[in-house]
Amino acid sequence: MEPLNALVSVSNFMLIPALAYGSQLALGALGITLIYSILRFAHFAHGDTMALGTAAVIGGTLFLQARGIGIDPLPTALLAVPFGILIMSAYLLAADRLVYRYYRKVKAKPMIFVMASLGVMFITNGITRLFMGVGETRFEDGARFLFTVREFREWSGLAEGMALRSSQALTIVTALIVMVALFWFLNRTRAGKSMRAYSDNEDLALLSGINPERVVMITWVITAILLVLAGTLYGLDKGFRPFNYFQLLLPMFAAAILGGLGSPLGAIVGAYVVAFAEMGITYAWRRVFTYLMPEGLEPTSMMQLLPVDYKFAVTFAILVIVLLFRPTGIFKGKVL
Amino acid sequence: MKKLLLASTALVFSAGVALADEVKMGVLLGFTGPIESITPHMADGAEMAFREVSESGMFLGGHTITSVRADSTCVDSSAAQAAAERMISSDGVVAIMGADCSGVTMAVLQNVAMSAGVPMISPSATSPAFTTTESNGLFFRTSPSDARQGAILAGIVMERGFNEVALTYTNNDYGAGFANAFEESFLAAGGTITSKVAHEEARGDYSAEVGQLASAGGDALVILGYVDGGGSMLRTAYELGAFENFFIGDGMYGDEMISAVGEALEGTVGTIPWAEGEGADRFHAMAEEAGVQGQSSYTRESYDAAALLALAAQAAGEATPAGIAANILNVANAPGEEILPGDLARGLEILANGGEVNYVGATNVELVGPGEAAGSYREYVVEGGEYVTVKFH
Repeated sequence: MEPLNALVSVSNFMLIPALAYGSQLALGALGITLIYSILRFAHFAHGDTMALGTAAVIGGTLFLQARGIGIDPLPTALLAVPFGILIMSAYLLAADRLVYRYYRKVKAKPMIFVMASLGVMFITNGITRLFMGVGETRFEDGARFLFTVREFREWSGLAEGMALRSSQALTIVTALIVMVALFWFLNRTRAGKSMRAYSDNEDLALLSGINPERVVMITWVITAILLVLAGTLYGLDKGFRPFNYFQLLLPMFAAAILGGLGSPLGAIVGAYVVAFAEMGITYAWRRVFTYLMPEGLEPTSMMQLLPVDYKFAVTFAILVIVLLFRPTGIFKGKVL
Repeated sequence: MKKLLLASTALVFSAGVALADEVKMGVLLGFTGPIESITPHMADGAEMAFREVSESGMFLGGHTITSVRADSTCVDSSAAQAAAERMISSDGVVAIMGADCSGVTMAVLQNVAMSAGVPMISPSATSPAFTTTESNGLFFRTSPSDARQGAILAGIVMERGFNEVALTYTNNDYGAGFANAFEESFLAAGGTITSKVAHEEARGDYSAEVGQLASAGGDALVILGYVDGGGSMLRTAYELGAFENFFIGDGMYGDEMISAVGEALEGTVGTIPWAEGEGADRFHAMAEEAGVQGQSSYTRESYDAAALLALAAQAAGEATPAGIAANILNVANAPGEEILPGDLARGLEILANGGEVNYVGATNVELVGPGEAAGSYREYVVEGGEYVTVKFH
């Protein structure tokens, strides 16, 4: 029973939260990587656009809740997601039309695009705070748990318990579906193939009759879908607070760069590596090892590599190490 | 033309007189930030006292008190200092009722109030550090130090049979000071603290912090923080099954806590500075009449702090920072006529006639020199979503 207890304990405190967090990061990192490969710049406004998209979903959720429309036990927010996607597609396309298109026309350097996206980030940031304030908004409803710690203990008879929140399960399942759908789209449909062609070689794609503005438009719409889903799932899981979304920017970029910028598969792998590294390095392993080690050899220290406060330092370290030793990332993406 | 000129001069003159009749006092509280849910009630409490003084007509021969509110943010020292600076230099307040959280209060005291020579009475800065900080006799508080609350809470935890506990605190002056006081008393009483972890406010996810505490084990979790971070810690710890029993400090008391944390809070035991007796009862009756939430945290302390400032100015015979600072201890402590909430007019009258008062107020005020106050605590347990009093310490 001892190894089982160890497994349950580590799942409860580390694996399940990290898996959910990784899935949220993956959806965000996919957007970053798509924009990087098609539009060829690092989209700094990603975190705050995610916040604005979530704010739109929250607005929709409140509207539906007020009318008593819901899909219990699932959260009402899921019903409001299409509305959020609609708003964010319009917002991102407007940002493209007003800001990025000009720089594309004059063939500006990537650094100028990055700075422009920084400006968009600040504006988006302000709009979100205007509507939502800076405090926390919780919009989760429906069943909170698939199973609680107490139910699990009774069912399994183990000393350790494990809980699975519905928002965590929902995150993992939704992320999986979206990833499969995205790969199908990129590899099997005409629009997806033209996106990949445009990403590989812009001039050649133009010669073969691909309309670049159309490719750009499709990219923004897909980004909007990924953004709104990532933001909504993160908000359901951890509560909505604009500043936390801004802070997500760093781990999302770390994930995209670690996996290899421009590689969708890399973004997903990178996201899970970042999530598990953040949680694993700051996790106190004492309890797990107490179960695993033979009697008399139990650890007396906390078995923790870094204090919890250093979570972001882990991400920074990953980013620095990758950029120093393997700038192309795991899956040979483009060099930043 | 001449008449008009004369009339307008008279008008300007009378406006000037009206201004001179007005004494400005600052109310510096965290209207935004982690304790924004309780600060409006605290400000209302303080302004109740100012209104009572103004309406009595006895204050310095008919002066009125105007309160100037500003935001201390509870966490951002530079914002709090800027707010205090503005109050003193552009609004011209003669004393400050505030600030609230220990960290910003210390910053405002050392960087603004002490250089300007303006006295402060904080209703809620409970860090033990204030007891020993040299403030040139400018800092007072109406709530007792956490050194005492730490000892009392440690006693309660022990008494309920928990000898091995994990401890988490909000990462600022208040949390760290409180945690040290608790740890000291708990260890001295023979208890064990398995792990001591700081947590930040306003995070989305606390499972890593809870994971660390859970890994260290313990029979109960002691949380010394605010509704925001501390409440999230409690809920996460309960949901992950890390702990079943919780003990919480004064910063987490409030109706928001019950609605935010829900069933996880059931059975939780906590402490909060509280006063019983005629003063408290009278204050609650007055608050109810004025539409102020008198039962909220630190509302009573705020009323007392404001009343002390007014009485001290009256005792000095002038509304100046130095006069107020020099007389706070005199009006707060014996000897003298005991003054309860609602008696402020009588207190002002006695002082005007050269007598002495002993302000008792809503919380049995007893100031132990600058920077320290005696006081009593209420031990409560959460039952069926309500705070139920166990006893007073």
